[in-house]
Amino acid sequence: MKKRLYECAKVLRSKNSGPFEITLDCLFDDEQIYRKIKESGIINRALVAELYHIPEDLITNIVFFDPALGFKITFARRISSGTSFDRDVYGAQQHAPLMELLVEV
Amino acid sequence: MKELRLLSPCGILGYGFPESSFLNGMAMNPDAIVVDAGSTDAGPHKLGAGVAIVSRRACKKDLEIMITNGAKAKIPVVIGSAGGAGGRVHVEWTLSIIEEILKEHGLQHLKLTVIWADIEKEIVKQRLSEGKIDPLGLTVGELTPERIEKTTGIVAQMGHEPIVRALEQGADIIVCGRAYDPSPFAAVAVFHGFDMAYGYHAGKILECAALCAQPGTTKDCMLGIIREDGFIVTPLSKDRVCTKTSVAAHTFYEKDHPYLLHGPGIVLNLEHCTFTELEDGRSVFVTGSRIERTDPYRIKLEGAMPVAFRTFVVAGIRDPLLIGQLEEVQDKVKAQVRDYYSDVDEKDYKINFINYGINGVMGEMEPCRDLPHEVGVVFEVIAKTQELADTVCSSVRSTFLHYGYEGRKSTAGNLAFPFAPSDVPFGRVYEFSLYHLMDVRDGEEMFPVEEWKGGGAR
Repeated sequence: MKKRLYECAKVLRSKNSGPFEITLDCLFDDEQIYRKIKESGIINRALVAELYHIPEDLITNIVFFDPALGFKITFARRISSGTSFDRDVYGAQQHAPLMELLVEV
Repeated sequence: MKELRLLSPCGILGYGFPESSFLNGMAMNPDAIVVDAGSTDAGPHKLGAGVAIVSRRACKKDLEIMITNGAKAKIPVVIGSAGGAGGRVHVEWTLSIIEEILKEHGLQHLKLTVIWADIEKEIVKQRLSEGKIDPLGLTVGELTPERIEKTTGIVAQMGHEPIVRALEQGADIIVCGRAYDPSPFAAVAVFHGFDMAYGYHAGKILECAALCAQPGTTKDCMLGIIREDGFIVTPLSKDRVCTKTSVAAHTFYEKDHPYLLHGPGIVLNLEHCTFTELEDGRSVFVTGSRIERTDPYRIKLEGAMPVAFRTFVVAGIRDPLLIGQLEEVQDKVKAQVRDYYSDVDEKDYKINFINYGINGVMGEMEPCRDLPHEVGVVFEVIAKTQELADTVCSSVRSTFLHYGYEGRKSTAGNLAFPFAPSDVPFGRVYEFSLYHLMDVRDGEEMFPVEEWKGGGAR
């Protein structure tokens, strides 16, 4: 069965990791779902590049962390926080494209 | 078993916390009250313009509870990244509030110690020329002596070392300039002889106060209990609990990596941590945190410089004929204004439209392009001077308001302004000009510890 990622996740958020990076966190409360998504390999650089219209070389980290049942995606901002032409000073509303992702659970 | 108790009242000094939670914490006999006051989250303006994140009144309200209770219990109060950005002006702002509290409560006998975190431009230029400075991020601009010169204030994040020094000197209140958020917590742990890894890991959790609890918030208190074999975190309001996942997940928060955390002179590795829920059903025991010292010791520099002035307008659009061709119309408005000001150098200003309802939040990263029935437009002019920003913005506004686009029926006006006047002169726009790592001799080289005798006594 396929579900939207936001339907399976307990926390799905974005935030600055310093003024030059955006980091996306996706955390689960169901270990089986977490494992299934981790092992499916669907969360990868090509996907992030496509969802966010960014070149892959701006992506610095995609890491799964088992004790927290979650994964993290970090990419460089093209415009740093709070200067001319930035649109999201805290980077707190950049998670929506990831929410809509269809995952097999 | 030997243990150390740290009370963290709130995630940012001045955010406020329930006094009842704080007093629950005091009833558990903490060894120190530690609070983080800083963040770069609100952008470069705070550091660049020398202003605080919170109001003076809010900061005083929190500090008054912390200082009077700390004095009563004879335990130190440690404040990290005073005033938000932790530069001299931010630290002095915090000191003036503390002096007022000490006077009002007859507590002038307390030993007030300040640790400065400002870095002189000459030092940065020197180390830059020696190749001892590297950017921290793929899109951080290249550092040049000119950029350093334009920067209004440079600070660096301190580690635990200078704070330990202040504790050794018997300080009752320690006001730190810019600090790595967990450092003030780690310092108390190291001062009392506990494992630095647990000090920093506990600090990483406690600096956000109750954010790692459920429900999570930065506006409520947490207690950290550091032991020789690990540490315990426990929320101080009955309405919150910590779970093993909520605490494990907190290490994700606003960091680039879920279990490798870089700090001043250290890397914290949390990959092999275990998180155990205690029998009380609300506390979590953490163990297995590891730390490595780095060679050379590197500190993170932060600096902000003014880059332009801004004037902006907020307006709404409800006409579907305009919404259907909004970006094209905006391009034409831009071109017409450029044409009108052909006597002004094009490089001296920029016109920018943010279309809320279409792609206001994400810009070119927005995957969804459906058109809404209503759009909120923020348009701005970024210019060399405030006067030029005001002038050009005024023309953008009148041109956009009356622009006769293809197929227009609403010939009376294109924009609904919620406010009069519509144009808002914003002032200076800043940019993080420094976000770099710099080699230093050790953790104390750049952070002088000074007993504060009051602004007038110096």
